[in-house]
Amino acid sequence: MAVCVAVIAKENYPLYIRSVPTQNELKFHYTVHTSLDVVEEKISAVGKAMADQRELYLGLLYPTEDYKVYGYVTNSKVKFVIVVDSSNTSLRDNEIRSMFRKLHNSFTDVMCNPFYNPGDPIQSKVFDSTVSAMMVPSC
Amino acid sequence: MESHEEKPIIYTMENKPIVTCAGDQNLLTALYSLLAQQLPWEPMEWRRSYGRAPKMIHLEANFVQFKEELLPKEGNKALLTFPFLHIYWTDCCDTETYKTSVKEDMQRWQSVLKLHGSTDWLIVVVENDSKKKNKTNILPRTSIMDKIRNDFCNKQSDRCVSLSDPLKESSRSQESWNSFLTKLRTLLLMSFTKNLGRFEDDMRTLREKRTEPGWSFCDYFMVQEELAFVFEMLQQFEDALVQYDELDALFTQYVLNFGAGDGANWLGSFCQPVRNWNGLLLRRPIDMEKRELIQRGEASLLDLRSYLFSRQCTLLIFLQRPWEVTQRALELLHNCVQELRLLEVSVPQGALDCWVFLSCLEVLHRIEGCCDRTQLEANFSHTVGLWTYATEKLKSLGCLCGLVSENGPNSEELNRTVDLLAGLGTERPETANSLQSPYKKLKEALSSVEAFERHYLELSHAALEMYRAIGRLRSARLVGKSLAEFYMRKGDAQTAKTFLKDSLKSYTAEGWSLPLTHTRKQTAECQKQLQQTEDYLQTSALLASDTNLTDEERKHFCQEILTFANKAPEGKDQRVVLSMTAFAQLRELQFLPASATVHVGASLQLELRLCSLMPVPVQLEQLAASVHFLGEQPSTRSGSAGTQRRPGLSPDGTISFPAVSPSGGALPGTGMPALELHEIQDRSPSDNTLNSTSVICKNAHMLLRANDGSSPLDVHSTLSSTFTMEDGTQVLKTHNVTLLPGNNSIIFTALSTKPGSYNLRQLCATVGRVQFVLPHIYPIVKYEVYSQEPQLTIEPLTESLLAGLPQRVKFTILTGHYQIKKGDALQLSNTDSMPILHSSSCSARILSATGELVGEAALSIQASEKVTSLSLPLTPPYHTLEFQLEVLCHIPLSPARVESERLTNGEIRHRPRSRTRFNSGMTCIDQKVSIDCPWSIYSILISLTFYTPFRAKHSILSAGKRKYIQVCLENVSNTNFRLANQTLSDRQHTPSLELLSLNAKTHQVVYSKQSLYSLWEVKWTTEPLPCLQCVFSASFSPANAPDTALKPYSYEFQLERVSTLYSVKADIQPALGEEHCRAGTLCRLEVSVTHLTEPSDTEGEDEELTENEGLRTTKLMYEVVDNSSNWAVCGKSSGLVSMPVAAMATHKVQMEVMPLFAGKLPFPSIRVFKYLPHSAQPISQPDTDSCLENDNLSLLDKGLEEQADTASLRSRGSIHSVGSNEQQQRALPMPRLEPFSPGQVFNSSQTQQVLVLPSTDDHVLEVNVT
Repeated sequence: MAVCVAVIAKENYPLYIRSVPTQNELKFHYTVHTSLDVVEEKISAVGKAMADQRELYLGLLYPTEDYKVYGYVTNSKVKFVIVVDSSNTSLRDNEIRSMFRKLHNSFTDVMCNPFYNPGDPIQSKVFDSTVSAMMVPSC
Repeated sequence: MESHEEKPIIYTMENKPIVTCAGDQNLLTALYSLLAQQLPWEPMEWRRSYGRAPKMIHLEANFVQFKEELLPKEGNKALLTFPFLHIYWTDCCDTETYKTSVKEDMQRWQSVLKLHGSTDWLIVVVENDSKKKNKTNILPRTSIMDKIRNDFCNKQSDRCVSLSDPLKESSRSQESWNSFLTKLRTLLLMSFTKNLGRFEDDMRTLREKRTEPGWSFCDYFMVQEELAFVFEMLQQFEDALVQYDELDALFTQYVLNFGAGDGANWLGSFCQPVRNWNGLLLRRPIDMEKRELIQRGEASLLDLRSYLFSRQCTLLIFLQRPWEVTQRALELLHNCVQELRLLEVSVPQGALDCWVFLSCLEVLHRIEGCCDRTQLEANFSHTVGLWTYATEKLKSLGCLCGLVSENGPNSEELNRTVDLLAGLGTERPETANSLQSPYKKLKEALSSVEAFERHYLELSHAALEMYRAIGRLRSARLVGKSLAEFYMRKGDAQTAKTFLKDSLKSYTAEGWSLPLTHTRKQTAECQKQLQQTEDYLQTSALLASDTNLTDEERKHFCQEILTFANKAPEGKDQRVVLSMTAFAQLRELQFLPASATVHVGASLQLELRLCSLMPVPVQLEQLAASVHFLGEQPSTRSGSAGTQRRPGLSPDGTISFPAVSPSGGALPGTGMPALELHEIQDRSPSDNTLNSTSVICKNAHMLLRANDGSSPLDVHSTLSSTFTMEDGTQVLKTHNVTLLPGNNSIIFTALSTKPGSYNLRQLCATVGRVQFVLPHIYPIVKYEVYSQEPQLTIEPLTESLLAGLPQRVKFTILTGHYQIKKGDALQLSNTDSMPILHSSSCSARILSATGELVGEAALSIQASEKVTSLSLPLTPPYHTLEFQLEVLCHIPLSPARVESERLTNGEIRHRPRSRTRFNSGMTCIDQKVSIDCPWSIYSILISLTFYTPFRAKHSILSAGKRKYIQVCLENVSNTNFRLANQTLSDRQHTPSLELLSLNAKTHQVVYSKQSLYSLWEVKWTTEPLPCLQCVFSASFSPANAPDTALKPYSYEFQLERVSTLYSVKADIQPALGEEHCRAGTLCRLEVSVTHLTEPSDTEGEDEELTENEGLRTTKLMYEVVDNSSNWAVCGKSSGLVSMPVAAMATHKVQMEVMPLFAGKLPFPSIRVFKYLPHSAQPISQPDTDSCLENDNLSLLDKGLEEQADTASLRSRGSIHSVGSNEQQQRALPMPRLEPFSPGQVFNSSQTQQVLVLPSTDDHVLEVNVT
């Protein structure tokens, strides 16, 4: 499953970023950060095409030798990035989409929390466990 | 055509579907060029099976001479060499020749075709006019055609076509040529459809067998590729590509299945170790070498992939989709790497890198070859991935081969290089002449350190530029960082730094802490190499406070700073100034006292809460806060100490500072003030309808400012310029502070030597040579020092001061800046009306500014004739001195209305103004005290207000000629008093007058808000004075303090016309013959007025005397009034009587009254007035004008109690009406009425009652219970 899950604020700073502990966390930070380039490119391209019925799922942002980086953007321009291992070939587009949907739902719950100040790093345990569920190899 | 003897070489571009030609070869030769040229002119619609969309295709064909070998043998599936159509050409026009040779030849041809099961054939009969002319005896032209049709085309008549003289330019020949071409195309297409359909079916069958053992992917590959070739041959590149994509997908699936444990046998051949990594080859349409390898089943995975991709690439370029090539290339390369891993193929270290590098460049070259520059630039986003990938691979190769290190490669690395180069093989012939082939590049790059550097930089910069060009700045930064790493390895820290700086900025701006930390660490290394001490220390400080690092790392960086700080300065003594934000944070500041306002010389403490971000305790030599003196405020201490609070200061004197992230990794969203949104409604001023409503952000300026400044890491650029300590300001210092990690509390004592406002501007921590400076403190920290003039106030201890009793007052001296020295004294001017009662034991309390008791000291009081001197104890400045004194204010003797004058010390005359406080009815006296203070040359006047505790009233009561004086003393204060010695005395001391007290001799208590009445009988032996001046005096003391001395109280008043002039007597007699009065029957009322005293001069001065028949008479008016409706007065109720001025002269008036009720009825009231005829008016006019009315009223007021009957109101009213009549009469001189003063008329029958029986015929008994 996912090796790294990140939620990035509208202003492009990370609200939440978590990667599998076995691997170099820094590398994922770089990867996710770089992927924002493509996210922005896609958002602006989509914006030109159809402003209303926008697809939140941005698809594969870019592949690297080892990872595939997928993007998703909410209507409030909060970005989700999921990095999966390239060798994990069982993951299809649909699975990735459903992961993003789950992530979005959980994120919405976080935002609904009156004690959460939008823009703060996400520290919700529920959100954390949702992400953990995505990162375990089952599912 | 003859050259097609040998097997056609398969270069698909040159390939065309094969059409064999039998029969007359000369005919074909003549027509060949025309045919080959014109066949593709018109497109044909190709309808296809399996629901595939019909297509318009342009057909081409390769016309070859028919040979039996061309026909596919049984089992040969080759499609490319498959003859799709067989044509038999003949121009035979006479039946003889046909019968003898042509028919036979045709039959042979047909049988061969039949043998191979080919049904796609066509017989073309060319009709030639020239030939016809030669043989005029020939049968009608159709005959040969008919024969042929009869002989061969038994059912398919369309298989035989006649072509009339194609080389002629006639319309007829043109027409037949066109229809021939159409026929040819149709038949070709039919053949395609049929044969390809069959082929596809076979292919599918083969594919379905893929699970069977012994199935070979390579074989299948060849079959499906055949189909692809045909499609390509037909220029159906899309379809061709589909074939390859299917093959690709099939293979990928097999690899994945293999990974999942489901391995196919044939896959084994692909798992052989990689020995050759010479990259993709995209310059040939078909890489025959690789194809043969596949055909032989000897291809490695890379071979297969390379071949497959080269085919796809070729087709995509035909399809004008070069950008798909780049995208697919990247996928392919990634995929291959993954697949090799998955299949666990053994690959020499670096081999894949070589392969990928070569392949990337090959693809890029291929794309560059088919696109122009502008196109390329517009599509950097498609190529940049390959560039970056190539760069990465070259870098890793460089690392592998020791080309990046400063020392160059070692032997092991050299060996590896040689191995890698060997695996490249020889350069392919296609690129052998090109100077910039990927092969050459790689070989060169691996050959030497310099060459590697050149190539690597070239690639990196190319990628960097491309990323920048397409706006992928983050990616560009990452490449830049990678470059920086390279430069660092090369020892070029300067160049590395520029790249790192760029990245640092970007990570800071976007708040990515982990990359930021990492980059910063690299920067630190750079700066260290470059010996940029200041920058290095600043970065070290940031890193030492960075929680992303491990403790060891943080300690290391912290130690770096400390080591530098403690190093002896070399050469010029330069201090290094760093930003404090990374070192420690100011969290809170607390003032003590909390108001942050102190007087000059007082101590003000500032407690700083500094949060040290260092991992270890840091010993600060000095912590200094620079203070800016703002000058004296215009509003210096208007007595309200610390009432106005400065913003940002909480009630306990604490200022909190917003948290700033030290590393600059501040989240842009935090620390910003929340939006303050307000609704705004714009209403029309005329009718108040809503024009518009909106929401505005009230703190937009704050938010915008926060946005501008949201790049806190500009610190570096502004470091040295702004972090200098401001000169010329005062500095608060503490020395030798140890800052522990976390929160620390540091206390400063503020300067308070000069009054004014002070701003805390900067904070500076000094550690050896290093200074950490906080250049601005925001929110503004401000404290005030004030200077205060001494002040003296005197206040009563109780709620109000009572006159006549000793009262305690409190003296409060706020010393302000004045210090009370020894011998300083307050000089109070003595006044007679308010003596100061001093006792020896008087002590003063000294309080500090905060209200704490500092000490107590005895106060010595010396009184001289004029001055009371209070010598004050020593008191420091800004303290409060309190003591109490007893004073006594004498009650003024005169009635309250008379204003008295009082002298204070002879210098100043002033009048204590007496005014009546309406709420309490107390009369107050303002008593001023003049005090000389040691700190001032001027006297201070302080006013004290005393209240008289009593109010006295007097009245005169009569009983016939006897007179009584009643004094009512009302206690208006809140205290109960004991009263004694009430005496009434005559001021004139008339010897004939005697005042006989009828009061109790003992002490009496008069309670608060209650009254005490005292009564005296007035007796005189001689004629009394018309005016009697009396003094009422009494002694009083508070009831709760019986042993205190009694204080005097006196009340003066004056009585006039005391003696009784007339006595009025009324009598009610029942009707004649009746014993008692009866209700409803008339009774007789007799009023007799008796003159009691002899007329005297004094008496008659204001009485109108008239001479009447020699007798002196005075005119009186009487009036019978009954207000309680008990009586009905019949006839005249009032009238004038002339009284003779003689003693005991009596005048009787009779009238009839009727009782209205039964019972004991009080007599109707009878009143008597003086009657002043009009003639007298001019004389008395001024009098009456000014005071008559008032007198009347006041007299009436006094008389209220005496009259005490219900008629009083009425009577007053009537007098009023009389008064108003008077006013009307003023114009016309008219007679007027004047009442007597109380006591002058004695009504002897007042409150007398008479029994009235109910009327006899009254059946209703009315009982009044009152």
